[in-house]
Amino acid sequence: MRRSSKKSSSSSAAAATAGPTRGVSKEIERIDQLFCTYADSSSSVIDPEGIEMLCSHLEVPHTDVRILMLAWKMGCEKQGYFTLDEWRTGLKALRADSISKLKKAFPELVQEVTRPSNFQDFYPYAFRYCLTEDKKKCIEIPVACELLNLVLGLQFHPQVDKLINYLKYQNEYKVINMDQWMGFLRFCNEINFPSLDNYDSDLAWPLILDNFVEWLREK
Amino acid sequence: MLKDRKLVLLDDGRRNLLAGVAQLKRILDGEEGSFSAEQYIHLYTAIYDMCTQASPHLYSQQLYELYKEVFDDHNRSTVLPSLMEKHGEFLLREFVQSWEKHKLMAKWLNRFFNYMDRFYVPQKRLDPLEEVGRKSFVELVFDKLKSRVTSMVIGVIDDEREGQLIDRALLKNVLQVYVEVGGTSIDFYNVDFEQPFLKGTADYYSKKAQTWNFDKTCPEYMIKAEECIQKEKERAASYLHSTTEPKLFEDALFELIIRHEEEIMNNENYGCRVLLCEEKTDDLARMFRLFSVVKDGVLPISRIFQEHVNKEGMSLLKHATDAASREKDEKEIVGLLEQGFVKNAIELHDKYIACITNCFQDKTVFHKALRQAFEVFCNKDIAGCSSAELFAAYCDTIIRKGGSEKLSDEAVEEALDKVVKLLSYINDKDLFGEFYRKKLGKRLLFERNRNDEHEKMVLSKLKRFFGAVFTSKMEGMINDIALSKEHQSDFEEYISNNSELKSPVYLNVTVMTSGHWPNFKNYDINLPSDMVKYVEIFKVYYHSYKKQRKLTWIYSLGSCIVIGRFDAKPVELFLNTYQSALLLLFNEADRLSYSEIVTQLKLSDDDAVRVLHSLSCAKYKILNKEPSNISISPNDVFEFNSGFTPRSRRIKVPVPPAEEKKRVVEAVHKDRKCAIDASIVRIMKSRKVMSHQHLVSECLEQLNRTFKPDITAIKRSIESLIQKEYLRRDSETANTYRYVA
Repeated sequence: MRRSSKKSSSSSAAAATAGPTRGVSKEIERIDQLFCTYADSSSSVIDPEGIEMLCSHLEVPHTDVRILMLAWKMGCEKQGYFTLDEWRTGLKALRADSISKLKKAFPELVQEVTRPSNFQDFYPYAFRYCLTEDKKKCIEIPVACELLNLVLGLQFHPQVDKLINYLKYQNEYKVINMDQWMGFLRFCNEINFPSLDNYDSDLAWPLILDNFVEWLREK
Repeated sequence: MLKDRKLVLLDDGRRNLLAGVAQLKRILDGEEGSFSAEQYIHLYTAIYDMCTQASPHLYSQQLYELYKEVFDDHNRSTVLPSLMEKHGEFLLREFVQSWEKHKLMAKWLNRFFNYMDRFYVPQKRLDPLEEVGRKSFVELVFDKLKSRVTSMVIGVIDDEREGQLIDRALLKNVLQVYVEVGGTSIDFYNVDFEQPFLKGTADYYSKKAQTWNFDKTCPEYMIKAEECIQKEKERAASYLHSTTEPKLFEDALFELIIRHEEEIMNNENYGCRVLLCEEKTDDLARMFRLFSVVKDGVLPISRIFQEHVNKEGMSLLKHATDAASREKDEKEIVGLLEQGFVKNAIELHDKYIACITNCFQDKTVFHKALRQAFEVFCNKDIAGCSSAELFAAYCDTIIRKGGSEKLSDEAVEEALDKVVKLLSYINDKDLFGEFYRKKLGKRLLFERNRNDEHEKMVLSKLKRFFGAVFTSKMEGMINDIALSKEHQSDFEEYISNNSELKSPVYLNVTVMTSGHWPNFKNYDINLPSDMVKYVEIFKVYYHSYKKQRKLTWIYSLGSCIVIGRFDAKPVELFLNTYQSALLLLFNEADRLSYSEIVTQLKLSDDDAVRVLHSLSCAKYKILNKEPSNISISPNDVFEFNSGFTPRSRRIKVPVPPAEEKKRVVEAVHKDRKCAIDASIVRIMKSRKVMSHQHLVSECLEQLNRTFKPDITAIKRSIESLIQKEYLRRDSETANTYRYVA
């Protein structure tokens, strides 16, 4: 967790002398208030409709990767729903208690997530987030393709492009599991593209990637 | 009493000695007899005195120099000129003689000068007298003549090579001189004779090789070459120094054979390949002998051998495939192939094992070549049948022939021995096992002339080759049959003891342990009440002594003898259970439609069609069909054909079997997947952490006895095990897995 920045520390320092951290509790109040504007009154969580509204206010398409990053920051467990606790966690960490502050926090959030150490955590999180049911361990190919584009598309555009083509073309696998998902990231990070000269199918790469490389080489 | 010794002065001493030397020379030349004892003592004493007198009359040094002078003078003035004027054989003889004389002279003089040799020489660390004499001979005689003598000797040897008779003893003596002249080392021999000789030999044979290549064909060339090499060996043993023999052999071999290796082995008309094709055993054996002397010399031969066997095998394959493609009936195809391919493959194998024994001295490298060649073509599919299936079919044929007394016991055993040997070349051993098991099942259940001894014999062979696990199920099958027989007699007793159970139907039941037997497809059927009654009786009987077992009835394997009371005469019909059940329906009705039959028997359409076809449209028309075409349709009506008159009183009505081959292959593939999974888990459980490559190679090794796993299949297994959380990828080390307890 980030330490409080100067802005609030000054106010909290002032408040500290006064008594309990009123500046901080004010922040929490505003965060909660913001939550209520989007939450469904009966279920007291932000549901997909609420998220859509939030996105339009943020001027970010709700399929944008930044929403996913926000979900990660919040530690959301269920796709499409934000609980109060999650909301609080996320916004507190971003030190945003209003829409405009939240909007401004995005660039820094993106930078934070793309840092390799965080990305290693964000990437599998993205996969788990898409598991729609409790017991499920795989996501369907079309969903996987979308997610790949979202999560890796910017950093590794050529690989992702070809990979998505292949996934749609092949019919051996109908779903992707976590092991294969992680394999994709390793592939993008380690293998030279488009030469593929350091790919060795005798190593422990998932079979789907072996087939992908073979398909690429044949073309 | 010391004699009063006279002082010997140098000049006197010299004169005396030189006179003695002259006398010695005359003695050696045969002009005089030997020294008398007096003369000997006189000379000895003179030297003794001169070496022991007090200074300045101590003449040891002068005597030493005199000794050398004597030899030098003798060699220079007598020996060398004499030799120089001789030629040819006379030179050689004189050469030998002069050394002999030298040796004698040295011997005598050393006796005279003995005192000096024992005391003065070591004291002054000088060359011993023998050395002095030898050196003189070498410098003044040997060195001057060696090149002439050497080239003479080589010339004589070449003459012998060309077939002339020579004086071998003389040559031996000449070369002996070379050896002795070197004293303790044979350097003179090596440098002055052996080297030029070997070079000469090489030249000689290289020229010969050229001429022969033009004149002689390859096998003849090799015969000649072998002859020459033998002769050289003999020559070396006869008159050359022992150290020369191996070098000579090698050099000759090199010039004649190794240098021309390429040409000899790959000659279009006579090369190794051709010899193999034409089965020229002698020539091949000779080629092998000649090349096996050199390290790795036979590797090229083994490679050609492997290629040849491979080619033969592939052409065999092609013949078989062609023959099969002309045949339409699937059953016939298998029959054709197992005789055409398997039998011929076995013969091919025998042929080349014999070849290896006869030509290649049973060397391992050739066995390996044979194995590799066979492994290639024994694993190819032919006309849609895997080689595993064909081998199983072949075994089946042999065993059945043995059962019907067409082959003797020994013949059966021999044939099966050979098949098992070839089985080790097949990768899909588990597939073979499955097919064999299926055929074994059929034999155990249906074959009338069964020879259990043969069955057990095959199993023991397979067990020895492939392990007990491979054969355990099959052994179980044989046991089941034996057990069933025992129980059958008990069952019959049980029935006879119960009067209300007696009936005209005789029921024979075979109880099979389901784990041992291959899966049999079972079609459901509604049996007629008579049959059902007996099924129930057996069930009761069986449960009376085996309470926990569950019985599943497989009617598709059953057979029945039904008596058909036709107008002409009653006929015994050998049918399967379904056919019988169907016919028994006609005890209640004369005509039955297709749908009635199907409803009453509760058969599927496929089965109904097959059974009805066999009874109404095949060889024997037991039922009449309306309309009377040869295909069964749901609108047909069937009638009992009372006018049926077959020639014999007993007929067998066969039903064509359903498609089985694919199922066997599928079953095996499923088993393989489980085997790979189990193997990986076993390995990881014991090792805990392992790299990907190690895991794959361990897995391959473990399973190799049964089949050759595909690397992709192993990877797939690993992935599924990761999914099921038996393993996980190691987070720190790449390409490594960890066992998840």
